[in-house]
Amino acid sequence: MASPPFRRPEGRPAPAPGLLRRIDAFARLAFPGVSTAVLMVLAAAPVSLPSPVLAAALPCVAFWTVFRPAAMSPPVTFALGLLLDLLTMAPLGAGVLVLLALHGVALRLRRFLARQSFLAVWLAFCAAAAGGAVLYWALQALLALSLPPIAPAMHGALLAAGLYPLIALVLTRIHEAMRIAENTP
Amino acid sequence: MIRLSIPLRQALARLSLPLMIAAAFGVMLLGKADALLAERLRSHLADALSPIYAALAEPMSAVRAAVEEVQALAQLREENAALREENDRLRRWHSAALALESENEMLRRQLNFLPEAAPAFVTARVVADGGGTYARAVLLATGPQHAIRKGQVALDDRGFVGRVTEVGSRSARVLLATDMNSRIPVTLESSRARALMVGSNAARPRLSQWPEGVMPVDGERVVTSAEAGAFPAGLPVGVVRLSDHGAPEVELFARLDRLDAVRLFDYGLRGILPPEAVARPEPRQGRR
Repeated sequence: MASPPFRRPEGRPAPAPGLLRRIDAFARLAFPGVSTAVLMVLAAAPVSLPSPVLAAALPCVAFWTVFRPAAMSPPVTFALGLLLDLLTMAPLGAGVLVLLALHGVALRLRRFLARQSFLAVWLAFCAAAAGGAVLYWALQALLALSLPPIAPAMHGALLAAGLYPLIALVLTRIHEAMRIAENTP
Repeated sequence: MIRLSIPLRQALARLSLPLMIAAAFGVMLLGKADALLAERLRSHLADALSPIYAALAEPMSAVRAAVEEVQALAQLREENAALREENDRLRRWHSAALALESENEMLRRQLNFLPEAAPAFVTARVVADGGGTYARAVLLATGPQHAIRKGQVALDDRGFVGRVTEVGSRSARVLLATDMNSRIPVTLESSRARALMVGSNAARPRLSQWPEGVMPVDGERVVTSAEAGAFPAGLPVGVVRLSDHGAPEVELFARLDRLDAVRLFDYGLRGILPPEAVARPEPRQGRR
């Protein structure tokens, strides 16, 4: 280019808006939602674990909301919640609201949480997962107008709390890699 | 992509969460209003996902098989240890039996003991339960070529079953030890006391007529006695069990409720033979 018409204030050269570049950006944008959905579908495969779908969805949504809110936007969360409700036998809308509530709380606290140590984030997530499970159970009770046993929801919360470090470990690597890819011109 | 001004985009971003939450409530309402909608969506999703699960099933079943294999191996190990231990114990018993056998042999040589002839036996299939005069009896299918006679002793693979009471040309009836009419002379193995095993139509015959000063002990083995010349001595019958009221009963080794085939032994004993059982009362003649 002979004369660049526009320079970014950071001093980085503007990336050429080529097709590959756009696909790359789109892939980075879509990765959190798609990977979470795939994980949920895998968790819904018939294995002998108590409510693993919710347990797989909670850590992913929380992690991506805190560290990459642009990719885990409310519509994406909504879609994931709908998938959660369809994969499980919960009444339609319960999973959606739980994931959205988790998303909202994590979004509100993300500036605070991003600066904390991993352990603190984990503890906060444990509390959020317990709250989410209770909300999930309460919504199920409300929508079905009957009292389901609370044990499966609690199992789900415990499983989510236990899965979080594992998922966060992998997702942190991926997040770092994405950030490096974004920062290099 | 539609170009939007930055403030508008920010406003949209801020609005999207409340919007989505409202949409979640809308979905809830929709799910409540149309109960079949969720089912339809679920079945569509399941249809779409079934190839994924089908592809996943292979490695998952492999993993499961591997896990089961490992568990089976652990189980095998435990079983192996138990079997080894049992084998050791049996080996000890085997050597004890060999020693006893040789000792027995030696003692017999010294005593000029008259050995008993090995008894001849035929195996007959049980074809019917009950019937006839007795409450606890079985019918055996025999052939005319078998020389079955009354008083032969019937044993199954575990122990004493009963005695032959009726013989036809193609069948024989065995009175089981549990029948009310059965009286079997037995020996309590540890005290060597004689007693009578009396059937009561229940699963366990009672013991009676044991000598004074001896009490049948729970768990004591009971074998037949040669008294009265009806049975050979030492056929395994059962073990003594005390009933709820403290009365000694015999738990038979033989499984009388599921007899398939019994062996009929001819010991050549002609002690007490059971009376003719099929003694139907003759219709009275010349009834006035």
